[in-house]
Amino acid sequence: MASAAVIPEREHYLNQEYGIRSWLLTVDHKRIALLYLMSITFFFFIGGFFALLIRLELLTPAGDLVQADTYNKLFTMHGQVMIFFFLIPSIPAVLGNFLVPLMIGAKDLAFPRINLLSWYLYIIAGGLYLHCILTGGVDTGWTFYTPFSTAFSNTKVIEAGLAVFIAGFSSILTGLNFVVTIHRMRAPGMTWSRLPLFIWAHYATSIIMLLGTPVLAITLVLVVLERAFHLGIFDPKLGGDPLLFQHLFWFYSHPAVYIMILPSMGVVSEIVPCFSRKRIFGYQFIALASIMIAVVGFLVWAHHMFVAGISLYSALVFSLLSYLVAVPSAIKVFNWTATMYKGTITFSTPMLYAFGFIGLFTMGGLTGLFLACLGVDVHVHDTYFVIAHFHYIMVGGAVMGYLGGMHYWWPKISGRMYPESWGRLAALTVFLGFNLTFFPQFILGYMGMPRRYWQYPPEFQVLNVFSTAGSTILAVGYVLPMVYFLWSMRYGKIAPDNPWGASGLEWMTSSPPPTFNFEETPVVTWEAYDYANIPAPEEVPVER
Amino acid sequence: MSDSPAAVESRDLALRHHFATQEQQRRAASLGMWLFLSTEIMFFGGMFCAYLIYRRLYYTEFAAGSRSLDVTLGAVNTAVLICSSLTVALGVRAAQMGKRKLLVVLMLLTLVFGVAFLGIKGVEWNSKFKEHHVPGTSFHFEQTALDGKPIDPQHIQLYFSLYFAMTGMHALHMIIGVGMFLYLTYHSWKGRYGPEYFTPVENGGLYWHFVDIVWIYLFPLLYLIDLKK
Repeated sequence: MASAAVIPEREHYLNQEYGIRSWLLTVDHKRIALLYLMSITFFFFIGGFFALLIRLELLTPAGDLVQADTYNKLFTMHGQVMIFFFLIPSIPAVLGNFLVPLMIGAKDLAFPRINLLSWYLYIIAGGLYLHCILTGGVDTGWTFYTPFSTAFSNTKVIEAGLAVFIAGFSSILTGLNFVVTIHRMRAPGMTWSRLPLFIWAHYATSIIMLLGTPVLAITLVLVVLERAFHLGIFDPKLGGDPLLFQHLFWFYSHPAVYIMILPSMGVVSEIVPCFSRKRIFGYQFIALASIMIAVVGFLVWAHHMFVAGISLYSALVFSLLSYLVAVPSAIKVFNWTATMYKGTITFSTPMLYAFGFIGLFTMGGLTGLFLACLGVDVHVHDTYFVIAHFHYIMVGGAVMGYLGGMHYWWPKISGRMYPESWGRLAALTVFLGFNLTFFPQFILGYMGMPRRYWQYPPEFQVLNVFSTAGSTILAVGYVLPMVYFLWSMRYGKIAPDNPWGASGLEWMTSSPPPTFNFEETPVVTWEAYDYANIPAPEEVPVER
Repeated sequence: MSDSPAAVESRDLALRHHFATQEQQRRAASLGMWLFLSTEIMFFGGMFCAYLIYRRLYYTEFAAGSRSLDVTLGAVNTAVLICSSLTVALGVRAAQMGKRKLLVVLMLLTLVFGVAFLGIKGVEWNSKFKEHHVPGTSFHFEQTALDGKPIDPQHIQLYFSLYFAMTGMHALHMIIGVGMFLYLTYHSWKGRYGPEYFTPVENGGLYWHFVDIVWIYLFPLLYLIDLKK
């Protein structure tokens, strides 16, 4: 440090120790959350860079910017980086890591060293994947479909597979830590029915991480063994069956969608009551809907394989089960809306993101019903309709929730306020950019433009130009928060302990919290979201 | 068994800062271990699922492949593992009762059984290697029919792919377990575990029982598909 502070500052987790060692060897869940924040942001921009290259290539019908094989690598690496190195760890490993102990009144996660280990596993996996990118990349599509991945592709499939395998263990350890922490570390009085819904959402997410990820792990091991040693499990030439790969892969990778969206739902369940100044409507229903999504989410995987040759009867069952997931999702959307009804709504930045989430997630969810319908799925399978659908869920839903949560808890994390007007501008930019990017893709897909091609017939160009234009706006919207968050760390207003007048134990400790979170272990005697008894903040940081 | 003051102190230090009581810490560690084992079940579950499907589709080949294994060695290995589970279970009890020397002996015995299992497994793999039963470019299965039904050369290779994947993954878990028991033996010798603090022995035992149970399933599924000769 260049100059010593004149006024002795209050000690908190950020200034208790300095130096690179104190970060790399920390077992404090809050510091590990920041380590994750930096690493996933790095991968988010790498994945985003690939996305921009994809959109640039699709600006014109001809394949002019990149060749077909480069394009294959671009969409593969965009998908794998975004899913395994950004979306899966995003909210759980950053906000969850930071907030789960704070919200339940614990000093740390149950296994702090395992928590640090999970970050190191993530870094090893990320390093391996970066090496894979720099030495030629991988072109199998993010799904590693066999037998292409095991017999035909001559790119770095083994490295990519191992990287995702290791990243999976990082995610398993995070989930394990959360479940044990939520079961065993709650403060006195913090009963299950008093838990914030953010915690319920993370509990459900962790269950999926624990039970789903190992299946992906063993599947990737078998892919690597088949590719490296001709241990035939999936390759028909070696006696195997590629359909088995698809079953095993989607057994994890469909629930993985819920790993991405459930934590965002948890974030929205915190933001909406706070900026409506009302108790959340239907607490038990939202909590149980999270669990139901996790359970039913495990039973729908084969809807990715309706045209892959599965039997008609199993397709019917999986179609029905896929419709069923809409029930708990709709319960949540209705309850958030009902919470806002007659509430005192503030259009602050986190709330704007929450609005964005509810609208875009609803669109993504409803178009998911189209895809769960057997007849419609045959028509739009492997088209841009599917691309638009899952981007509405993963970007419109999951990333909106992530950004909303980052803004909502930024004062707690950094001890500084971000500039509110810039925040709102960025939220609007993201919303507009997102819709301009992905809405045209619904139409393109319905008109029959297939995914994963670098060229297309000229009649699709207008909509593709819209989409590419939108993606540049979206990029601006994503860079803005990074810039003003960094700016606010030095120049932002000092944040009070509870700037939003929010409920929840995390707001009862100082901003930023001390290393062990609370001066003394809190005793909980009130219900969650007790906004009837919480005064609105005296100095409202946001004009109404 | 008397405890030195240093040993007592180290047990108090074993309560980490973020737990309120030893009981809370022990219960957290135990739940964590059970959750980890549930992920392990899913991990092996992927392969058991593949086995189930392929065995139903290609029963003849699976039966032929199964007959080519050495049932005697497999049975001996099963017995060895069951003995090791017994010594682990007794070891947890010894730790709870604070019998340090007994604990060390039992941990060492478990280690010996574990290494013996791996040795016998190595012998089996070696003979499979010599018979060209390892999947890959030099794979060769001489038998062409079983009970009058033809054997498909690709599907018999599938059986051996699963055999090596499943026993290989099991052996990898055994090797990790052996490393773990080296650690536990050392710390038992140092007197770290006693009635107040025996979580590592208990969790190590749980892990070992899990690996044992996987083998209890693998043995009949791989060796005893169709024994009649």
